[in-house]
Amino acid sequence: MAKIKKKIKTIKIDADKCNGCRTCEVVCAAFHSQPKYSSINPAASRIHVITRRLDDIWLPVFAGEYSPAECMGRDKYVIDGKEYDECSFCRATCPSRDMFKDPDSGLPLKCDMCEGEESPLCVQWCLNDVLIYEEREEEVEEMVQIEEMDAGLASLIDRYGLEKIGTALARMSYKA
Amino acid sequence: MRYAETGYNLEIDLTRGNIERVETDPELMALFLGGLGTSVKIHYDRVPPETKAFDPENLIVISTGLLCGTPAYSANRTIVSFISPQTGLLAYPMMGGFWSSELKYAGYDKVIINGKSPELVYIWIHNEKVEIRDATHLQGKGAIETQELIRKELNDPDVQVLAIGLAGENRCFTASIEQSRSSSSRGGGGAVLGDKKIKAVAVRGTRAVHLAHGAEFMEHMKEITKYIKFRNENPIPEVMPILSGIGSPQMMKHVDEQWHTESFAWGNARIRRKGFWTKEIEKEWTKSQTGAIKRFISCFNCPQQCGALISHEDVPNYMMKCFSKLTYTMAAFVDDLDFTWRICKRAFEYGLDSFSTPQILAFGVELHEAGILTDEDFAGCPSDKEGRFFWLLDRVAHREGIGDILADGTYWAARRIGNGAEKYDHNTTKKHEQMNIKLGMMDPLYFLMYATNEKISITQMEGNWPQAPFPKKETRESFVKDWPQLPDEKFKKYFIDWEPRGENSNPNYPTPQIASEIVDWMEMLHNIDDALGICAGMGSFCLKPPYHIHNYPKLISAATGMDMDKERLRKTVRRSRNLHRAFNNLRGMGRPDERPPQDHWKHRFPELEDDLLTYYYTFKGWNHDGVPTRKTLEELNLADVAEDLETRGILKDGQN
Repeated sequence: MAKIKKKIKTIKIDADKCNGCRTCEVVCAAFHSQPKYSSINPAASRIHVITRRLDDIWLPVFAGEYSPAECMGRDKYVIDGKEYDECSFCRATCPSRDMFKDPDSGLPLKCDMCEGEESPLCVQWCLNDVLIYEEREEEVEEMVQIEEMDAGLASLIDRYGLEKIGTALARMSYKA
Repeated sequence: MRYAETGYNLEIDLTRGNIERVETDPELMALFLGGLGTSVKIHYDRVPPETKAFDPENLIVISTGLLCGTPAYSANRTIVSFISPQTGLLAYPMMGGFWSSELKYAGYDKVIINGKSPELVYIWIHNEKVEIRDATHLQGKGAIETQELIRKELNDPDVQVLAIGLAGENRCFTASIEQSRSSSSRGGGGAVLGDKKIKAVAVRGTRAVHLAHGAEFMEHMKEITKYIKFRNENPIPEVMPILSGIGSPQMMKHVDEQWHTESFAWGNARIRRKGFWTKEIEKEWTKSQTGAIKRFISCFNCPQQCGALISHEDVPNYMMKCFSKLTYTMAAFVDDLDFTWRICKRAFEYGLDSFSTPQILAFGVELHEAGILTDEDFAGCPSDKEGRFFWLLDRVAHREGIGDILADGTYWAARRIGNGAEKYDHNTTKKHEQMNIKLGMMDPLYFLMYATNEKISITQMEGNWPQAPFPKKETRESFVKDWPQLPDEKFKKYFIDWEPRGENSNPNYPTPQIASEIVDWMEMLHNIDDALGICAGMGSFCLKPPYHIHNYPKLISAATGMDMDKERLRKTVRRSRNLHRAFNNLRGMGRPDERPPQDHWKHRFPELEDDLLTYYYTFKGWNHDGVPTRKTLEELNLADVAEDLETRGILKDGQN
């Protein structure tokens, strides 16, 4: 298969520098409001600063993929004597917690790196260099892009077999 | 749709246990902006002159500012207003932190609390859901501890909590309200909350604040951001480091305290210790400070880092800001910062103002040394300086023994003790402890600010104008070159002409006219900040700040959709300032109260000071007694206030 170039976008988070101001949340929420910059609601931000002030924990985390199910187990980190809450470092929108869900609709929120902008807005507005944007290109094998639904169906077929899935689909479409 | 403001206040009547979400009149924003401006209006309309601090009718208004919750950097002030038990006037101490933005996101501009609860309670605001909850289990808990306990109880680490400690519960006149890394301290707001039996107000909000012209607002903010970056990278070269930046004075970052420790007065604002800052002290203090500070921290949506997380030996972690670092230590005559880290933690948990309280404790020590307070009053008090201060602090917070009297502050305690104690109350204006500074030559600017400002605390009314003239003309010329924050070019000449000695120096220069113009400008900026909820460290308090009279109207217009310009903005805050003054006049404040402490300067000029005050009153549109005239009030759409003042005989016939 042919090699293609893929752009990798990274936000490097230097949490030791974070002073807990939450400007990243404010500007993210403003940018993603409709129309752009018309309203501010940090609860709808795609970045969240996990804050436990007296424990010296200020940890910016930005929203990753939606996960319909919780992991089978949770993680809990202790670093430099500081105990972080369960799953602190996980970016998923997951049933185990409220983080990264639109406060009105409950729909999952996901960081889109502020597509169309020079760099993500949270990075631009963080004046303490906690958030650093990096871009690089990597050569990867060209792969046929599988649509999200196809991938989901494929995993269901793997699990239950084509016949069962076909029967279930027929039954559901009959009901609908 | 309401812009910048939410358009709703939360009205809580504790006596009846009633809670209402009340839509506000949009016209009030047009007339008073928000924050302090609209709060003053509420107090004026609802609290009669006869009401005392601990009457159920004394409202406590916990307010956001107009720009809180918007992307405007440093718009994070919570403005708490109430009749002060200490001064009997309308106090409005402010705090940074994270509370006001959260209240905005919960859908409210202000929480207005009336009446008294029979039992200790806390208020829990979660968007539309508001509860008065039992807080008897929190009785006696520390103000910092309480915030953590409530977060745990509500099972949400993102809840923002303001709380009082034991000092507030015991109605100490200098009790503060503590919240995250900030506190609302001056004037005893903690005592008023304690009197109403409110231990805390917790808030969590997940609703939106709207901007009228968001994209335009962000363009203005980009300009302001550019300036913040520039100033952070290029401190003002003509002044010492502590004055050269933006934000609150960077006393957590700077370790060099030669200026404060040698120029400010130790003890009960008594003694200057020239030569204190030796190489040895510098080495010890640097080691102690850099060791104790775990991380520099900020308030909501602010790029500056004026606070710090303190982690010192066996003292549980807490947060500190600004001048608390020195107040207890200097008042107690202790030369070791270790004492600072320890006593501040205890004082913050008690919830006591770090400005007034250390002076009150030092006043107690002085009275003991003078034999006015007896050994019996001090029975059980340790003899070392540190132990004595801890002992006194505990007595004050618990209101035990002599502490019960000292808990009323220097002015009232002196009068209760009598027997000559009154003359030890040497550093109050309007019954409130002033900055611990004693100087030589009377300074017309500071005279006016100390004497007349409604805030009654110099640290929160000075700001954009340098504190003293620069010795060299070329330094003055270089300083004025890049000064776009000035309201008018003519101020540059005033500054260049101002000299440390000779004809153009204090007390004769700045002249009454120039002094009035400068003070009026600084006061206006503070009033704007206090209405918008912007930290004074980014507007009115520091030299060459990011926010000023030229960019504020643009931000306000974009945020609210109102057509704001400089003149209208000036008039708007003039309106709230005059309403505030009239409110205080109705409570008996007047010319005789408007004087800095007698020993603030060694060289005083009674006649000149009298002329200065008269000139300033006229400049502001006030009569000889310091009361706004009918004409002034009518210009500001406050004719009904003139009626009130006339009815009560405060504004006499012919003073229009």
